[in-house]
Amino acid sequence: MIRVVLPPHLRTIAKTGREVEIQVDGPVTQRSVLDALESAHPALRGTIRDHVTKQRRPLVRFFACEQDLSHESIDAPLPEAVATGAEPYVVVGAMAGGEV
Amino acid sequence: MSGVRVLVGTRKGAFILTSDEKREKWDINGPLFAGWEMYHLKGSPADPNRLYASQSSGWFGQMMQRSDDGGKTWTTVGNQFAYDGVPGTHMWYDGTQHPWEFKRVWHLEPSLTDPDTVYAGVEDAALFRTTDGGQTWNELSALRHTKGHLWQPGAGGMCLHTIIQDPNTPGRMFFAISAAGAFRTDDGGETFIPINKGLISPYELPDPDAEVGHCVHCLALHPSRPNTVFMQKHWDVMRTDDGGANWYEVSGNLPTDFGFPIGVHAHEPDTVYVVPITSDQFHYPPDGKLRVYRTKSGGNEWEPLTSGLPQQDCYVNVLRDAMAIDKLDSCGIYFGTTGGQVYASADSGDTWNPIVRDLPAVVSVEVQTLA
Repeated sequence: MIRVVLPPHLRTIAKTGREVEIQVDGPVTQRSVLDALESAHPALRGTIRDHVTKQRRPLVRFFACEQDLSHESIDAPLPEAVATGAEPYVVVGAMAGGEV
Repeated sequence: MSGVRVLVGTRKGAFILTSDEKREKWDINGPLFAGWEMYHLKGSPADPNRLYASQSSGWFGQMMQRSDDGGKTWTTVGNQFAYDGVPGTHMWYDGTQHPWEFKRVWHLEPSLTDPDTVYAGVEDAALFRTTDGGQTWNELSALRHTKGHLWQPGAGGMCLHTIIQDPNTPGRMFFAISAAGAFRTDDGGETFIPINKGLISPYELPDPDAEVGHCVHCLALHPSRPNTVFMQKHWDVMRTDDGGANWYEVSGNLPTDFGFPIGVHAHEPDTVYVVPITSDQFHYPPDGKLRVYRTKSGGNEWEPLTSGLPQQDCYVNVLRDAMAIDKLDSCGIYFGTTGGQVYASADSGDTWNPIVRDLPAVVSVEVQTLA
């Protein structure tokens, strides 16, 4: 199982805890993880990436294994530790975001 | 027993305030969707327990919520707002053309007859409609084809913020956009016409006959007289008696005719309320005194309503969707401020009391009159 850590606002939307586990069939990439996440939690569609273009929203960031993966190819394999569930894939709201 | 349910949208969540018809004691429920910007919440006239809410975040974009039990529980519904066809361009601040880009839903207007049908006014300005309770949204794009290339953003963005359904003529609706002006459809959104004749915006629009481009802040009408519409423009309080074909100014003796909300008394079509704000350079009340102004003659003669409102050192603003009027026999008026206060009057504005004082900045206030 893949472990995904969600930021607080998205936990509210998805009605989950801090971390969710999802099943990914095939190669474990950012695209396949997010596809599986949105399939398991449809309310998250549009909140992390655009509905149509699938581009990451500008003030959302992706981390895993202490690396910022936000600018990596979404079709590149994720680290083995993520694929095995040893480490989570982390979705965060960028520090530059939010409202006063 | 009758009562009211006040729906408050703030910068950091939503609040539901309920009271009986006396409107003296209030129950406060919230924050709902804590931490999210709640631009607007509104109940269905056809089913008061059906509520819709616009929820947005700079991080995570637009969300839509629906409640079927008066706000006790909520369900996330569809949040895909795709412009019809090629979005095209509108006027940008520097006079160049700029692509239409969806940012957020400003205003929700549930159908008068069908709880599953809702109109949504969005930024960048466009009109969307759902007929399946919010699951899917489709643009009524003829509006943007009404000289949309000449529309431009106001300071708050280019937003469709006012939607009014004529209760007597199915298919007739009024709209307002900053800064594009007022528009009307007579066929349920198939076609639209700009209705801005008589509006004067000399510094922004030197052409006195400009059909679009006016910064209209809010519209209001009384159901018994739907051809008479009142307008708070960026500057000037205006009135039309022919459904928008011609407008004339009724600012009269107001201390300033800049402001945002405007509302009409539930039982007196000539009684109208505004909240004068010093100017577009100073988004706070004149002289630090928070005063609602009321006319009982359809404009020009206005009286300040001050009892219970702060009359010194008050520097809050009242935004365009932040005033609402109930339908109880003794008509209630409500408004929220950017300082987080929500004030209520149960006697048509003669006296006021704060329901709450320390919410996040209030963006919108709506009220449901419950049987």
